[in-house]
Amino acid sequence: MAGLIAYGAYVPYHRLARADIAATLGTPPARGTRAVAGYDEDTTSMAVEAARSALARDGLRTRVGQLFLATAAPAYLDKTNATAVHAALGLDPHVLAVDMAGSVRSGLGALVTAARSPVPTLAVLSDLRTGLPGGAEESTGGDGAAAFAFGGHRNGAPVLAELLAHDTVSDEILDRWRLPGAPASRVWEERFAEEIYVSLADKALTAALDQAGLDRGAIDHLVVSGLHARACATVRRTSGVRPEAATADLTAAIGNAGTAQPGLLLADVLDRAEPGRIIALVVLGDGAGVLLLRTTDALPAHRAARPVAAQIAAGGAPMPYATYLSWRGLLDREPPRRPDPEPPYAPPAHRRNSWKYGFVASRCEKCGTRHLPPDRVCVSCRSVDAMTDEPMEQVRGTVATFTVDRLAHTPSPPMLVVVVDYDGGGRFRCQLTDATEADAVIGARVEMTFRRTVTAAGVHNYFWKARPVRTGETEGTGA
Amino acid sequence: MSSHGIRDRVAIVGMGCTPFGEHWGRSADDLLVDAVGEAVTSAGITLDDIDAFWLGTQASGVSGLTLSRPLHLPYKPVTRLENMCATGSEALRNACYAVASGAYDVAMAVGVEKLKDSGMSGLSGTSMPGAGDDSRGEITAPANFSLLAPAYAAKYGLAEEELKDVITRIAWKNHVNGARNPRAQFRKEVPLERIRSAPIVAGMLGVFDCSGVSDGSAAAIVVRAEDAYRYTDKPIFVKALSFVAGPADGLLDPDYDFTTFPEVVVSAQEAYRQAGITDPRAELALAEVHDCFTPTELVLMEDLGFSERGQAWKDVTSGAFDLDGSLPVNPDGGLKAFGHPIGASGLRMMFEAWLQLRGEAPPERTVASVAEGRTLALTHNLGGGPGECVSFVSVVGSELTD
Repeated sequence: MAGLIAYGAYVPYHRLARADIAATLGTPPARGTRAVAGYDEDTTSMAVEAARSALARDGLRTRVGQLFLATAAPAYLDKTNATAVHAALGLDPHVLAVDMAGSVRSGLGALVTAARSPVPTLAVLSDLRTGLPGGAEESTGGDGAAAFAFGGHRNGAPVLAELLAHDTVSDEILDRWRLPGAPASRVWEERFAEEIYVSLADKALTAALDQAGLDRGAIDHLVVSGLHARACATVRRTSGVRPEAATADLTAAIGNAGTAQPGLLLADVLDRAEPGRIIALVVLGDGAGVLLLRTTDALPAHRAARPVAAQIAAGGAPMPYATYLSWRGLLDREPPRRPDPEPPYAPPAHRRNSWKYGFVASRCEKCGTRHLPPDRVCVSCRSVDAMTDEPMEQVRGTVATFTVDRLAHTPSPPMLVVVVDYDGGGRFRCQLTDATEADAVIGARVEMTFRRTVTAAGVHNYFWKARPVRTGETEGTGA
Repeated sequence: MSSHGIRDRVAIVGMGCTPFGEHWGRSADDLLVDAVGEAVTSAGITLDDIDAFWLGTQASGVSGLTLSRPLHLPYKPVTRLENMCATGSEALRNACYAVASGAYDVAMAVGVEKLKDSGMSGLSGTSMPGAGDDSRGEITAPANFSLLAPAYAAKYGLAEEELKDVITRIAWKNHVNGARNPRAQFRKEVPLERIRSAPIVAGMLGVFDCSGVSDGSAAAIVVRAEDAYRYTDKPIFVKALSFVAGPADGLLDPDYDFTTFPEVVVSAQEAYRQAGITDPRAELALAEVHDCFTPTELVLMEDLGFSERGQAWKDVTSGAFDLDGSLPVNPDGGLKAFGHPIGASGLRMMFEAWLQLRGEAPPERTVASVAEGRTLALTHNLGGGPGECVSFVSVVGSELTD
């Protein structure tokens, strides 16, 4: 039976308290927090983190035959963003990697396409939601990513959840739209689309259940996702599914991550669902879509290394609203009196794709010394061209020494810099992210994370940084 | 492989050094003309008497035309070179070897840098083209050298506050010395508490733990030792010139612990071998070292053999390297008081050795060791950072060895 063979989610570390927005702008009080992508994150880097989490188990990466990156906030236009994810994951060159970009509904599109595909397919949903200061989009939005690999038949990977049925309905409806380049979307009066969406959801859910030969009472977990919060709440309440089956969305804690929201919600259910349970994922937006899944006995042993709930719990203390505005480019701050950062040059970056995106170092065949970055000449025994690839992205390390650079060009000064000694050998100096100065200490344990280090001259510079290993998240695989 | 020093084969017979500072009204050309002019005057010669030139500059010009054009040198060989912050020392080393080889009778080493025109904080125009994929994540110079501080404190069991006191004292000492030097950029003593509480730039380093950004130029005239007394009755003889570029493995190799510059250790041992020095702390009259940041000077005291491993912080605290200490270090004020115009710094250090060994330093900062009979001075200059650097060490003396 075909179905889900892997999943993973990524919730960024940072949080913004809605009360701080209200306090700063003098708007009515608001509760809860939203997740905020770091100054060094975008939809591409978050997609990499979610996909790394999904594909942490041995052998999964070699099974993937296609990769779709769905986002409404692509880091680039014209240029494919999925190829950066592909490079960071070190997938086979013959794996198709394409974007499904522009609309929030592309998340549903990637999921359904992956579920229907004859070859194992990775759907990565990633979004970064921004609104104008004080607007509902800013406050209720969230940032995050989730990744799902479908396949399983004929290739031996255990199926964690069978795909029982799916259905989609499409409807051209002007309830939410944004011109390219605009900072926020516009929304028609909310009640206009509510009834339409409720009806569309019913239509898709009915069709999927009919295909599967099930009735609504069979649904153990009802996940409803969409940017029309009012319509989602109505569907959750009136769809005829057992009330206790309706799962709450995570908006209070991390906001609504748009394209990625159905993925985050589904991952959260998979993190805790028992075997043999039926999950209905309902996605609203320019129509409706439904995926019906039944969890298998394999799920408990193969859940994502980093549960959504644990990532929510591990979030940092809320950041100042002014910092959030700076990171989003809505508050133009004085740069340091330093030369502007330079973008990476295309030919050398391409020559070193496996290092720059894959964090693949080298190991000397003669003496075993690891080299970060990969070298041709061994630093230890001086052997020449006797190196083998040494993937390092899952290897953790310890801080040997550190500094806090208050003069360096960074979107979020000061720059934390650590010298990392990796478990099993090798050293590299890099930035420390998702951290405060107190985290930069000799002996601190760190793991690697894929980031956008800086954007210079219109070029995003993607590379790896260290981040503190935090308690509350699974130790071990280091996905 | 062996190296053969050129002990006592060449001598410096003339030097010049501009004031270092914010020369808003002067160009690199102006600074070169001034330093070169002072050098030839002090040797009692003219530019026509100089056979070949080595010009060190990192970012203030390319090619020999950088020197020949402002001076309108008539068809002379001019080599422009760069070796990061050791650039000025490299110019001197090459000029010395040219004379020692017999290729030229009179050579000049010149260094210059014009940093203040950039409008940037700290050094600019110093970014090194790396792999080009921008995965290196270059950090600023103060951040790079600040990596030494927590590592040193951890290794030798100092609390961060204790180490802060030590590096504060280094800055204080060098400002005390610089206050007595009319050529220095900063000519005021700075109270310890002001140094200690200054705004932080990187890691443990405050503003006063960093050398300034300044413009300057310095020059030296080199001749064969046997010709030296034709130019001056107080020549400075070159005893040792040692330079290494490290394997740059400190950022790759977990065995490197950020409490030493192995490149300095190697270059210093080589220099001592060439000069016949066995106890540098006792034999040297003074040392001019590369105090780009205060933790650098601390670590150098151990790497240059002035202090035992793990003991330099105690020697610093007890005043061993003060102007009136057992081995004055940076009596001219160092990079701390002079700033660090890259290409000029190495020759500026040599200028202080020149003054002190000839008894020409102003009385208020003359080191007592020369009057007591010590005749040797050391200059040390490094470029790069902890884990991957180049290092230069020279020893010069006012007397020929028997």
